[in-house]
Amino acid sequence: MSRYIPIIGLEVHAQLLTKTKIFCSCEVDFGGEQNTRCCPVCTGLPGTLPVLNKQVVKYGVKAALALNCGVGQYTKIDRKNYFYPDLPKAYQISQFDLPVVKSGKIKIETEDGEKYIRIHHAHIEEDAGKLIHDNIENTSLADYNRCGVPLLEIVSEPDMSSAEEARAYLEKIAGLLQYAGVSLCRMEEGSLRADVNVSIKRPDATKLGTKVEIKNLNSLKAIVRAIDYEIERQTKILDAGDVVIQETRKFNDNRGITQSMRSKENAHDYRYFKEPDVIPVIISDEDIAEIKQQCQY
Amino acid sequence: MALCDMGILELRQMLDSKEISSVELTQYYLDRIRELDSKVESYITVCDEEAILAAKRADEIIASGNTKMLTGIPIGVKDNICTKDILTTCASKMLYNFIPPYNATAIEKIKSQDAVILGKLNMDEFAMGGSTQTSYYKKTKNPYDITRVPGGSSGGSAAAMAAKLAVVTLGSDTGGSIRQPAAFCGVTGMKPSYGAVSRYGLVAFGSSLDQIGPLAKSSKECAEVLNVISGRDIHDGTSSRKQIDFTSELDCEIKGLKIALPKEFFGEGIDEEIRQAVLAAVKKYEKMGAEIVEVSMPSLKYAIQTYYLLSSAEASSNLSRYDGIKFGYCTPKAKTYEERIMRTRKEGFGDEVKRRILLGTYALSSGYYDAYYKKALYLREKIKAEYAKIFESCDVMITPTAPTTAYKIGDSYNDPVKMYLADICTVTVNIAGLPAVNTTCGYDKDNMPIGMSIVGKAFDDAKVLGVADAFEKNFMSVDPSL
Repeated sequence: MSRYIPIIGLEVHAQLLTKTKIFCSCEVDFGGEQNTRCCPVCTGLPGTLPVLNKQVVKYGVKAALALNCGVGQYTKIDRKNYFYPDLPKAYQISQFDLPVVKSGKIKIETEDGEKYIRIHHAHIEEDAGKLIHDNIENTSLADYNRCGVPLLEIVSEPDMSSAEEARAYLEKIAGLLQYAGVSLCRMEEGSLRADVNVSIKRPDATKLGTKVEIKNLNSLKAIVRAIDYEIERQTKILDAGDVVIQETRKFNDNRGITQSMRSKENAHDYRYFKEPDVIPVIISDEDIAEIKQQCQY
Repeated sequence: MALCDMGILELRQMLDSKEISSVELTQYYLDRIRELDSKVESYITVCDEEAILAAKRADEIIASGNTKMLTGIPIGVKDNICTKDILTTCASKMLYNFIPPYNATAIEKIKSQDAVILGKLNMDEFAMGGSTQTSYYKKTKNPYDITRVPGGSSGGSAAAMAAKLAVVTLGSDTGGSIRQPAAFCGVTGMKPSYGAVSRYGLVAFGSSLDQIGPLAKSSKECAEVLNVISGRDIHDGTSSRKQIDFTSELDCEIKGLKIALPKEFFGEGIDEEIRQAVLAAVKKYEKMGAEIVEVSMPSLKYAIQTYYLLSSAEASSNLSRYDGIKFGYCTPKAKTYEERIMRTRKEGFGDEVKRRILLGTYALSSGYYDAYYKKALYLREKIKAEYAKIFESCDVMITPTAPTTAYKIGDSYNDPVKMYLADICTVTVNIAGLPAVNTTCGYDKDNMPIGMSIVGKAFDDAKVLGVADAFEKNFMSVDPSL
């Protein structure tokens, strides 16, 4: 048994199963030739405006019910601002403080029996595009087909303490969302992705350890390997008397290691504010009752 | 009556009775632009060929007898409203080559009536300014005195109307950008209620404040244009489902009308000549039987701060997309992505745009959001509440449109704070999303036009136009001599 207790939280991105994108009428489909499934709206051309796909909100409510979470009945849309070449507007339309899915908890099976993992909230947002780095030297190409694909980001509390628990949690989430019919949750097609937060602490410590975020995890196997690697890496650091640096790391699948992406000092200030182009959505008790009726659980 | 003095309604008759063809009318305006616009510099792009083609199509429609209000009418469009296959620059170097593959909904609507687009009109860069001097391309002059500014940001739209270089023009108004230049150039300009006209295709500045509106020879003409361009749009989630007939109050009864006069708008900082002219206009309404009610808007003293925080915060986000990757200007000299984006924005934006991006970014930044942006949101609600209270007992409000008449080119352009303060009379209307129309109510000692604003409650646009129309019927306007 390790001298440290790992503390693990997950941010799961599930693609919602709509026919069209979240803010325009481009079709959503896996693959497709680059830049053929996009339009002036999802590529953010000047003057265009997003119009919220109601089905995305409905699926959000369904997900809330399936995940045993509360429904945010007054839910608003916000802008998350940052520059990146795969983000055409230089802001992602997302949700900040009034998400469609409120807190709740789900039960997982562990070696030591049943355990509850709390969900902090889940929010709807648009996906970004994809950068392609091969083919031409010194050049990156952008594919905007995925821009505007609707996602549900499910943020857990840091309630897991091993890679196996994280795997059980993720499988449980995927099963519930599939059963509710809101997402296919296929990691290999990118319809389920996860970022992992890992820290470790001594059993007697009252404060949480310094947290490291790991991105770019494309399979369950990668998630397990990344968590195990990261626990080992942080253990070595603490054993050597050093301190863990708060940073974002990415998982290198080929080498089975995590690598630094950016430190806390270089962290983004997302300057969230209410998206003025999309009016808040009010979900009535009747709306929820209607959606409940459509569900078989 | 000269052809250029005729409005939509007179021209409609002439076109339908075949006294003139749309091609002839369009050619007449293109000739006027060629002859006079070198003095005024109101157009960035003139669409000679496309205009004549559109006029030919309009003439075919007219021959078939299937005409609508704007069929064959030559119109000028502010250069921040997207026009398919026609350069749309926002008067910025950043969009020097941007040709939208789509029309704004307002353009789609006027084109569906076979109106003729003469060209794209100059403005302050990205609609940020009140003088049309921040344009990357040219500095528009006031037709009443070409040593003076036309106001802004829709300065090209207002100057083109005053110089009669279009029958009607479209502008946009985020904090007074239609009404103030309309006042400076002595024309009628209307900012409709927020949500009345679709914003789809209007290049965003302050999304919660922006509205497209007309500048025209009269309130009546504005109403006719608004009836065409307004309405619910599936491409704009903030467009309203309310149906407005903008002409419905054009001959409304002034007797018994309750007009609010907010005393803060007539205090210090407003030119004496303007105060006198607006108060004289109010007297005329009183003679027509209106009741004048003095009211107070204490939060006016926070209006400028509130407006500049809200509009700049939204602008800082809206203008982030100009990174040189997908369209528009891109720096020729950059090695990395970061360098490219920084150089592109440094070289592509003018000083005023940069100033507002900095201000807005700061106001939204972590640690400053609560101190600035959040307080501005709070004040927005306070300003809305004060208007709501006044409109519980009053039908419309009358204020000056600007604290001064058109000033000399170069005058306060270099002092941003002085420029910002000049928006005091117009910004609260956008903050509250209300309809307001500027109409000319007099001329100062230098013969420069003086404008007054008639403001109404949300979606009472028809009333605002009706009240302005009642004044215009008895007002003798003076043309500029070019």
